[in-house]
Amino acid sequence: MRPNFPQCYKIDSKPSKFCPGCSQTLILKNLGFVIDELKIASKVVYGCDIGCMLLSWDFFDLNTVQTHHGRTGPTMVGLKYAAPERIVIAYMGDGGAYAIGAQHLVASSMRNDPITMIICNNTVYAMTGGQEAPTTLCNEITTSTIRGRVCNGSRPLLGPELVRSLNKKAYVARGTTLNISQMKNFIKRAILHQKKGNFSFLEILSGCPINWKTDARETREFLKEIEKTFPTGEIP
Amino acid sequence: MKKEFLMGSKIAVKAALSAGAEAFFGYPITPTTEILEFWAREAENNKKLLFLQTEDEMAAGFATIGAVLSGKKSFTATAGPGNVLIQDAFGMAEAMRIPTVAIIGQRGGPSTGTVIYSQQEVTLTCFGGHGEGHRIVYSPSSLDELYQLVIKAFNSAWQYRFPAFILTDGYLLKMKDEVLLKKPENLIASSPILPKKGFVNLRNCYSFEEELYEVLEKNEKDYQKITPKVKDFEIFGSKNPKILVFSHGIIASSVKAAISSLPKSMKVALFRPITLRPFSQKEALKVASISKKILFVESSLGQFARIVKDNLFGLKIDYDFLYKPALGITPEEIYQKIKKSYYET
Repeated sequence: MRPNFPQCYKIDSKPSKFCPGCSQTLILKNLGFVIDELKIASKVVYGCDIGCMLLSWDFFDLNTVQTHHGRTGPTMVGLKYAAPERIVIAYMGDGGAYAIGAQHLVASSMRNDPITMIICNNTVYAMTGGQEAPTTLCNEITTSTIRGRVCNGSRPLLGPELVRSLNKKAYVARGTTLNISQMKNFIKRAILHQKKGNFSFLEILSGCPINWKTDARETREFLKEIEKTFPTGEIP
Repeated sequence: MKKEFLMGSKIAVKAALSAGAEAFFGYPITPTTEILEFWAREAENNKKLLFLQTEDEMAAGFATIGAVLSGKKSFTATAGPGNVLIQDAFGMAEAMRIPTVAIIGQRGGPSTGTVIYSQQEVTLTCFGGHGEGHRIVYSPSSLDELYQLVIKAFNSAWQYRFPAFILTDGYLLKMKDEVLLKKPENLIASSPILPKKGFVNLRNCYSFEEELYEVLEKNEKDYQKITPKVKDFEIFGSKNPKILVFSHGIIASSVKAAISSLPKSMKVALFRPITLRPFSQKEALKVASISKKILFVESSLGQFARIVKDNLFGLKIDYDFLYKPALGITPEEIYQKIKKSYYET
């Protein structure tokens, strides 16, 4: 019997390359379900950034392109402008979206590019072993902030709020892998908003037990904890 | 077919259109801004053409790739500091065998340098990118050739799936002259790399060294195979030269003028690679081996000469040079230099 997998899943590449306990598989699985439900598999181009997301280059039986760090946005922009009938999804991390590729996020927000960006926020650079990210909490210990992040009058970057400040028409939300049905709903609305010709931006809080050095219960607790800094919901 | 009086940048855009280009992504930078502006005007009058002024050259390069993935012939243009930024995208194009065309208007460097002219982006344009990528680099020396080579660059890129470059400069791009805009007879068609039916999973990152080695081996083999079809050069002057000048781009035109005013008895020839990559090695070796002396003339500190020397490795011959980094070189200066070289030989 086939397990409850999305139709667009590539079975051959499962179990996936993600670490045990990583929440990204929840994001991708639900993205897959949404693509199935909307019956858009033949139109979707899935772009994945560098960082842990590159592990998903063969995650789906969908047109996929793995790009460079921070450059999934502009690659998808070029593709969408050239082929408006395609539905493009840029899947990136907090480093790709908010640090090395931040200018592209600002530009896409301001141009209202009809693409969907899904950002995995786990407060660290996970692929490289847990260094400080723009989303690292104040005083959070990472391998490059061993005494805790010094915020120095600043705060962790709030991506969706930034996008909203630049674009009134965009669909903007923040979900969490602790609330799957809400997250899935947000993914669906984001893609439908792209279909209407607008920019859609979804950040998802995601657990990284390997770098957080947490067990299952602690991972859930920390995910709940970071919601205080990154409030979930649609951003009006 | 009539001749038109046009500026270099406009000629480049007309050539791109003749080659079937449908999209341009770019960030304004001197001396290639006019290419962006001319394309923007074309796109304004033709809704089938796509234009986007991106936030930087990285976005320009990656958006060009994105459009190509969907099947549209796309190109970009940049220079100097922008050329550094955009190489990241062309590294990906090399790795994934995505055809692209970029027009590079060399400016003086390092750093912001000067904004119109140099021949100092030879190394970056020929060998930029990560690792050891394969690319095709054309160096036009006149406006007529600029037109022809832009068309050729599109054809080569789409036929062989290697990124192609037009390495030029602001002198040529801002120059105006009469040019014959001949419509190309054969154009290589473009089709979506991401298919409309079915799917592909494309990547440029590998888990195992052996996986990457296999890809690199194939790319090198393919590049060697296409080299005889792509490489191009011109020999001008004596058929049996005593002095052989190596030069490329607009400076090669200056060399031609110098050679034309020298007595034929001095037996001077110019070897001008039209493609810097792939380089016409056999042909260069053949003519260099019957010469007494080689003279390198370029507006850089020997970036082009390094490519030539690499290709002539093992040949025992004297050489001299006229290097003027980021400066134009007049026929008169070259004339004097050749004469000096000749009497010293």
